[in-house]
Amino acid sequence: MTPHLTDDELMLHHYGESEDSARAAAHLDACATCRAAYDAVIGALEAADAEGVPEPAPDYERRVWERLRPRLEATRRGARFAGIVRRTAAFGALAAALLLAFALGRMSRPPVVQVAQPISAPARERILLVAVGEHLERSQMVLIELQNAEPGDSVDISSERQRAADLVPANRLYRSAAQNAGEPGMAGVLDELERVLVEIAASPDAISSQELDGLRRRIEAQGILFKVQVVGSRVRDRERVSSVRGSQS
Amino acid sequence: MERMDGSEAADVDRARAGDEGAFRGLVERHSRALFRLAFRMTRNEQDAEDVVQETFLKAYRQLDRFEGRSSFGSWLHRIAANCAYDALRRRERDKARAAVPGAEDELDALPAHDPSLDRLLHSKEVRRRVSVAMARLSPLERSAFVLRHFEQLSTREIGDALGLEASAAKQSVFRAVRKLRDALGLFVVPRERTETR
Repeated sequence: MTPHLTDDELMLHHYGESEDSARAAAHLDACATCRAAYDAVIGALEAADAEGVPEPAPDYERRVWERLRPRLEATRRGARFAGIVRRTAAFGALAAALLLAFALGRMSRPPVVQVAQPISAPARERILLVAVGEHLERSQMVLIELQNAEPGDSVDISSERQRAADLVPANRLYRSAAQNAGEPGMAGVLDELERVLVEIAASPDAISSQELDGLRRRIEAQGILFKVQVVGSRVRDRERVSSVRGSQS
Repeated sequence: MERMDGSEAADVDRARAGDEGAFRGLVERHSRALFRLAFRMTRNEQDAEDVVQETFLKAYRQLDRFEGRSSFGSWLHRIAANCAYDALRRRERDKARAAVPGAEDELDALPAHDPSLDRLLHSKEVRRRVSVAMARLSPLERSAFVLRHFEQLSTREIGDALGLEASAAKQSVFRAVRKLRDALGLFVVPRERTETR
């Protein structure tokens, strides 16, 4: 007689995934020990089959749709907003990258041939301040929405997560630009903001209330929302001053 | 692999183009089956309803990624399995909620075989044993078992749905069946010898 069938072989045979189903069947016919083991597996599975599932109410489909519909609308709004954010962030990031490249280029070597008029320093500062100001406002909105998310068994943060993911690349550029521009305070806040944005972007679309609480506590412990608000306010003030100077020159 | 019928494919196309009514049709067609799958995995009505909602939300957001290589229902079931698995893991982390009061004691206290029980009591005891044994499975074991046994997915398909290697999915099914068998002991006898599925 062939060796006894293992537990794994018995289960594979039952589920029709055995590599040698004919051998398993022949052995089961001939071996009372394996047949008893197989019967125990089948018995357990039949018992599992008997476990009931509650039948939803006759209007279940309608109730599912009624609960789902406003969430779909929120998803559509979120997708539209994310599209705007992506386009704006891309523009802002491009502006910051150009400024950074321009500043680095000025520092590293003198221009040999002047092919175009450079942007004036005040204009350059204004563009950077506007872009950073908008970036901080968008980041602030994500943090505020997370702070105000309704707790539940499963909290949908997909919109905030997606927007945080969109904001991370721009944040890196602004942080780098701030460091190069000799703005350690702003660079420091952008560095802290980046860590929080990365954490939100890496979260699943739906999280439990406990996970949401943990995320909120970490945001609150760092005081990042307050710091972003302060830096954002300073950036707007500087932007106004810079704008006035620009109009006077 | 199951393919979509023409009307369903047309509904998916219309939903993709922004037709809310078409998406509603898909929701109404599949929500009951998704609830059954979600309930088997979570064993809790409220959790199962939440899983159904998350499934349709995810499907709506990812409609563009549905390639039609399987039926829309199969695609939804995979998303639901993944959502339910995530819900189970979250619940597992929340030990206070995950704990089945006295589950260990309850199962151990049940007699392995008591010939004095009549048929009704016997079947009731079997159901209790199955219920306790299922509650004691890990999220992965329960998810893999439900997908194999009730949804009849292959181990490779289970691996795809849960983000595992097929071998890990297979071992999870094996462990779940072993635990069920061990919990029931000699308490169950198969109705008759069955052929392989």
